[in-house]
Amino acid sequence: MSREIPLSSLEKASDLSVFQLVIKNKNVFWGSIILIIIIFVAIFGPFFALDPVSLNPMSRLKPPGDAGLFGTDQLGRDVYSRVINGGRISLVVGLTVAIFAVIFGTVMGLLAGYIRILDAIIMRVMDGLMAIPAILLAIAMISLSGATLTTVIAAIVIPEIPRVVRLVRSVVLTVREEPYVESAISVGTPVYLVMIRHVLPNTIAPLIVQATYICGSAMLTEAILGFLGAGIPPEIPSWGNIMSEGRTFFQLTPWIIFFPGIALAVTVLSVNIVGDGLRDTLDPRIARNMR
Amino acid sequence: MRNVLEIEKLTVSLPKNADRLYAIEDINLIVNRNEIVCVVGESGSGKSVTAFTVMGLHDKRALKMTSGQILLEGEDITNASPAVFRARRGEKMAMIFQEPMTALNPVLKVGDQISEMLKIHTSMTASERKARVIRAMNDVDLPDPEMMYKSYPHQLSGGQRQRIMIAMALVMEPGLLIADEPTTALDVTTQANILRLIKEIQRRRGMGVLFITHDFGVVADIADRVVVMQEGKIVEQGTVNQVLKNPSHEYTKMLIGSVPSMKPPKRDQVSGSPALITKQINKTFGGLGFFGKGRKVHAAKSVSFDIRAGETTGIVGESGSGKSTVARCVIRLIDPNSGKILINNIDVAKLKESKLRPLRNNFQIVFQDPYRSLNPRRTVGQSIIEGPTNFGIPLAEATQRAKDLMNIVGLQTDSLERFPHQFSGGQRQRICIARALAMEPQILIADEAVSALDVSVQAQVLELLDDVKKKFDLAMLFITHDLRVAAQVCDNIVVMREGEIVERGSTYEIYSKPKHSYTKALLDAAPGHKFFSG
Repeated sequence: MSREIPLSSLEKASDLSVFQLVIKNKNVFWGSIILIIIIFVAIFGPFFALDPVSLNPMSRLKPPGDAGLFGTDQLGRDVYSRVINGGRISLVVGLTVAIFAVIFGTVMGLLAGYIRILDAIIMRVMDGLMAIPAILLAIAMISLSGATLTTVIAAIVIPEIPRVVRLVRSVVLTVREEPYVESAISVGTPVYLVMIRHVLPNTIAPLIVQATYICGSAMLTEAILGFLGAGIPPEIPSWGNIMSEGRTFFQLTPWIIFFPGIALAVTVLSVNIVGDGLRDTLDPRIARNMR
Repeated sequence: MRNVLEIEKLTVSLPKNADRLYAIEDINLIVNRNEIVCVVGESGSGKSVTAFTVMGLHDKRALKMTSGQILLEGEDITNASPAVFRARRGEKMAMIFQEPMTALNPVLKVGDQISEMLKIHTSMTASERKARVIRAMNDVDLPDPEMMYKSYPHQLSGGQRQRIMIAMALVMEPGLLIADEPTTALDVTTQANILRLIKEIQRRRGMGVLFITHDFGVVADIADRVVVMQEGKIVEQGTVNQVLKNPSHEYTKMLIGSVPSMKPPKRDQVSGSPALITKQINKTFGGLGFFGKGRKVHAAKSVSFDIRAGETTGIVGESGSGKSTVARCVIRLIDPNSGKILINNIDVAKLKESKLRPLRNNFQIVFQDPYRSLNPRRTVGQSIIEGPTNFGIPLAEATQRAKDLMNIVGLQTDSLERFPHQFSGGQRQRICIARALAMEPQILIADEAVSALDVSVQAQVLELLDDVKKKFDLAMLFITHDLRVAAQVCDNIVVMREGEIVERGSTYEIYSKPKHSYTKALLDAAPGHKFFSG
């Protein structure tokens, strides 16, 4: 009667787990390796380095070499241990911003895409948020409530949310018209279950990709804020702060800026490379042309 | 008579992990001057691959020609260079495609698109080209070619777009025209016109036409010779009369036997009180935009009908007739503007979603596209038991019900743990029917439920629908554009046009004594109705 289609061919393709599929991509593989090294150094490095804030007026502005791997700054602090400690701040800011932006953005995007009345309200608020320059908002918030890590993160999260909302909403708008969603409605599935079971899983792939970009740009924004002196308080070494302080001596002692700058560039680059690779494997439209 | 196209022992291989080795295997096929050769087969039979390989348009990364040769007017083009193919396309062979909207460039005027062919292949001046294009548009019976020359594809109807495609294919007067399901995406009345046009132009110019189709009705209307393909091989070929009247191969017999007849079988009238009553349903779309502008479409105008338990009522009509809108109003996926929908004497037309949800088990729907009706991330079992568990049925009981239903719809119970992508279209449609039945509904709506299926599978699914209707005493609303299918399953027919019911009655009455001119036109346009009606 009914013809069974051969299952073997289809099985083979799906045998690979998503993780295996993703790691097969060269970008993801090498990007992840660099990123893992950076994370490893940021977590464990400080235990094997000098105190990043202890002053040593005897050896100020010493070049890389005897006085320390990356030299010392104008107060005699060890640049190497400061850069390693700064990595913690950057990674924490990047990850936290990505996580919060995705969480808030997904919830609002789902609501906006699925519930017509909320759509107009949420999207107009998002349009408003999009119009505020991120740096300006951060400076305003920090001058209002003081410079702490929390304020900096909040200041970077807020302008990122609209991007996520737009992305999620566009996915929801296409998926909600799918017959399987309509079937779920017609078998009496409550709205919240329709959203979680049938709509939400479709947003995960593009969200992972978007999250990596947010992570990269958040690290940059944090460094910019630090450099402008509007970010994390100067006593905490972040890459932005180190560069900001080294700016005055830039022509004399370039290493104070050079090393945190390289660290920032490599970190953001590796995050973006991973993001590109993920997009290629997780977004089927692009992936099909790559194969 | 010289051959326009000769395919000898052509074999095209598929990539390694596909479900079979060859897309087409050992194909021998000849198209003579002044004849239409129809290649018929179900999806996956290799009929389109044959057409695309001849044009050199096949996906060269996946498909490789391993042996055989293709002769175009005596010239071997099997391994011709892209430049040679470019020169031959348009001049000696041309192709028209299934979907006229996507086959035309939406940002160029249609006249310029036709004229591009002449620009590439000839050294005509601009005014000569325009004159030639206008003549070509006249040839395909387009009204007011001067005006239409400046139109963009979205301003034309589906039939007009397909005419433009034909004009474009024929402007260089090629000896061979390849038509890949050119009427599948069109309404029946438009289809009939386009088929007539292709046949007439073919006769006038003495071209050879290679016509790809899945529909034996179309074959009966247009073909001189027929080639039947199954899984990449030609199983039978011969003249149209020979193949249709005395098919020799089992597969051909099965395909022809599966074509639903236009003659409705005798049916007993069902009595009893109606399970579903709709009164004066109205639905408009648009016109409500932010500033109250936008085109307003009256998709359903005062639609009323009722269905008894054990009875199937068909709504037939062309695209845009509002038949799906009515179905979606009844199932309340969209809200009607006014009117009543009575189920168990409760009017569900205006109920709020929260009040409606406890009643949703009473009416269920099966959609057209089997590939999108099941959530690809959930197992078949999860999809089926979702509904019953929403209504508080314990998991174990719901699972047992799902297993029983798998037997009823003709699938194995271990299918429940599999994912939708492991099933064929027909099997998925069975799963969708099982999902609807798991709710133990009184009313089942089939919205073009068999339209996307191959004809042999279609017959099986129709049989299943009829079975479950009897077994569960369902009232069935059957939405279709295909009058042949409607003739076979419906007790009553409602004919819709532009949102209005133009005629209604028992299937027998409608098919034997249609009153409204539109119904007559529809019946007349059904492909192969002369051949398959008796």
